[in-house]
Amino acid sequence: MADPAYAIELKGISKAFGPVQANRDINIAVPKGTIHGIIGENGAGKSTLMSILYGFYKADAGQIFVNGQLTPIPDSQSAIRAGIGMVFQHFKLVQNFSVLENIILGAEDGQMLNSSLSKARKELERLARDYELEVDPDALIEDLSVGHQQRVEILKALYRQADILILDEPTGVLTPDEADHLFRILKGLKDQGKTVILITHKLREIMEATDNVSVMRRGTMVATVKTAETSPEQLAELMVGRKVLLEVQKGAARPGEVVLSVKDLRVRDEHRVERLKGVSFEIRAGEILGIAGVAGNGQSELLAALGGMQVATGSVTLKGAVLPLSGAGSDGQSRRSAGIAHVPEDRHHHGLILDFTAWENVAFGYFNDPRYQKSRLFMDNDAIRADTERKMAKFDIRPPIPTLAAKSFSGGNQQKIVVAREMEQNPALLLIGQPTRGVDIGAIEFIHNQIIALRDAGAAILLVSVELDEIMSLSDRIAVMFDGRIMGFRDPETTDERELGLLMAGVAGKEAA
Amino acid sequence: MDRLPRWADVALVPFVSLTLAAIISALVIVAIGQDPWEAITVMVQGSVMNAYGWGYTLYYATSFIFTGLAVTVAFHAGLFNIGGEGQAQLGGLGVALTLLFIPWPHWTIALVAASLGAALFGAAWAAIPAYLQAKRGSHIVITTIMFNYIAASLMIFMLVDVLRPPGKMDPATANFPPATHLPSFNEIPGLNLIFTSGVPANVTFFIALAMAVVVWLLLWRTRLGYQIRAFGKSEPAARYAGINPTKIIMIAMLISGGLAGLMAINNVMGEAERLLGNSASGAGFIGIAVALMGRNHPIGVVLAALLFGFLFQGGAELGLWTKIPIELRTVVQGLVILFTGALDMMVRMLLVRIFALFRTSRLEAA
Repeated sequence: MADPAYAIELKGISKAFGPVQANRDINIAVPKGTIHGIIGENGAGKSTLMSILYGFYKADAGQIFVNGQLTPIPDSQSAIRAGIGMVFQHFKLVQNFSVLENIILGAEDGQMLNSSLSKARKELERLARDYELEVDPDALIEDLSVGHQQRVEILKALYRQADILILDEPTGVLTPDEADHLFRILKGLKDQGKTVILITHKLREIMEATDNVSVMRRGTMVATVKTAETSPEQLAELMVGRKVLLEVQKGAARPGEVVLSVKDLRVRDEHRVERLKGVSFEIRAGEILGIAGVAGNGQSELLAALGGMQVATGSVTLKGAVLPLSGAGSDGQSRRSAGIAHVPEDRHHHGLILDFTAWENVAFGYFNDPRYQKSRLFMDNDAIRADTERKMAKFDIRPPIPTLAAKSFSGGNQQKIVVAREMEQNPALLLIGQPTRGVDIGAIEFIHNQIIALRDAGAAILLVSVELDEIMSLSDRIAVMFDGRIMGFRDPETTDERELGLLMAGVAGKEAA
Repeated sequence: MDRLPRWADVALVPFVSLTLAAIISALVIVAIGQDPWEAITVMVQGSVMNAYGWGYTLYYATSFIFTGLAVTVAFHAGLFNIGGEGQAQLGGLGVALTLLFIPWPHWTIALVAASLGAALFGAAWAAIPAYLQAKRGSHIVITTIMFNYIAASLMIFMLVDVLRPPGKMDPATANFPPATHLPSFNEIPGLNLIFTSGVPANVTFFIALAMAVVVWLLLWRTRLGYQIRAFGKSEPAARYAGINPTKIIMIAMLISGGLAGLMAINNVMGEAERLLGNSASGAGFIGIAVALMGRNHPIGVVLAALLFGFLFQGGAELGLWTKIPIELRTVVQGLVILFTGALDMMVRMLLVRIFALFRTSRLEAA
């Protein structure tokens, strides 16, 4: 009935959540022994499709064939039995268990663990040899780097004899070096005859690592092509449905006066652990300083301290005026009145109140703005709504309904609400963290252009992003952070991903500060 | 999950919940060998079919509006104030001290002063748990519950050892001076044409309605209300926006405690005209149910307070005119709280499914 040359074949898969058709009549065939990319914007239905394949959701219609056999997959146990393994974006590991214990978890042979553990240890040695998957079997997960934790996830799947491995956005948390290593591992798996399905929204990874690529858009499969016969531009156009500019168009920076000067900034978290260990830099007017680094190396604390969300020590001046770092005058309101706007890294937890309407969110942080007051006592809600309509038009926020709750907007439009609110304040300094996380390609292009426009209007911009491409294309100068320190400054024109990757991994460069 | 149309959300869900509560109440009445039809007739007759009944229903509802609003304001700040009972008792103490020791020339001035006293004492009683929450992270649910017990003990001490007039046996203050008497509905020109016999409902009812409007304005029209609601939805986001958590917790709880304290105007100054033990008599707790059922919106709180006023008065009538014990009133209230509060989601999900069925069949027909 189905061709056994395909490891996975899906026929006519449909899945709806209420009125939302997440997957519509999806057909896809993944040849054995290949790396198959699935690419699409957020909400295109990639994760839903893979969840159906792994037995988390039940499809409304359609059939799944594994190695040519019709295989119903009602739960993840059946998926594992069919030889399918999944590595999730957010790892499912027990932090205070050892690698070995995590690997046998759920696959123990009996009540006593010893035999399982020694069997797993032998198997692990073999896998490490075959696939370049070395990890210390006795290390605790919490002591491992993110890249190694991911290897444990892959080992878990292989230990369960997975022939088909699905990886969901595997490189989001990795340094470029770790990502390269991951792709070498995947190639090794392919050479041994395994089939790999790689879900990502990064075009570069698709081009580098895959044999074939399927593009999804709004719940449908729009095309499956051989990677060798396509280009990033063509894939982007398939994903979005129109032509997009992948390169940021920007002129040279014309830096002016020093706007922000940071000296020896230090932040301790609630456990008194130092997260920011003495950071110093300057940003001039009309300049973008990009902070590169793997997530969790102090970038969030840097933004929080400058944005008035976190107590810090050190000295910070804005246009020559000293900013208090603790106590009175160190809160978000004081920062805003000093001329600092802040697009936070996490729009769901910080940037927006999801239950509030769009217009209430446009006033968020700026509820003391005189333009939004009717009298000393009352807010002028009509004025805020009118202002929201104006911002929605200017930033092309869809749907342009100010009374709609923030949670009802797509990720890209939510981010545009935050970006519109902060940029329209004409700040002297813009703090912007992960400006395009979870944002679709069309909106990424728009937000990038807005950042450049604000720079050209003379604002100083501190950009934090874990997307190295974004840092490289937007920044006028790049600072690389590792373990709470700045490892060095680089010029985006003269540096490359390899050099930045080494700094991000904590290998000091020749001119590290 | 699919959403319900707005009318179903606001009206149909509570209606279905109440119907379920009524059905189970009827079963309970049948189980104790009484006639549920007789029960409902007596309840309705005695509470809303004549002016006299309304005079009691509205009196109870007045208290519940205050305590319901108190829970509502705290709820919007993300705080669950269970201490309405204690705050209302302290409000009573505030009223008593204001009225017993200062000779007021006219009830209007006395009302203003006593309102201030009630709100101040209620707010002060809420201030300590609020401070502990804001500064020490002690959970406000735990502390406000404990403060109810402390309030009860404090009131016994005050009534037995401090405020009890010499020679009196009961733990209560002396009667307030006649000049401080608040007009009941039967003493207000115009209203006295309807309320011809003495009823406990008094001018405080209008203050309660006014407070509902004030709370609505506060929450949805002022900067403070905006900050309270933002903080209540997300504390990390509030921190990002520069909203001071300590300040919001303190202010929201002071307003909440003040509203609960204001209830004493109705029962202590308006009805008893002296301070008795256990003066709040459960209204602080009913306020939680009222706020829950009223969806933490002032209009909903007023409507829910009227419903609970009806249950209170109707339940009392049951004990008076039927063989059904007055304790059944508590059973009925419990069922109403259970269905409108705790089982709200059950009814909602059921309705969502029914609506989805209708929608698909309409789609298929089209």
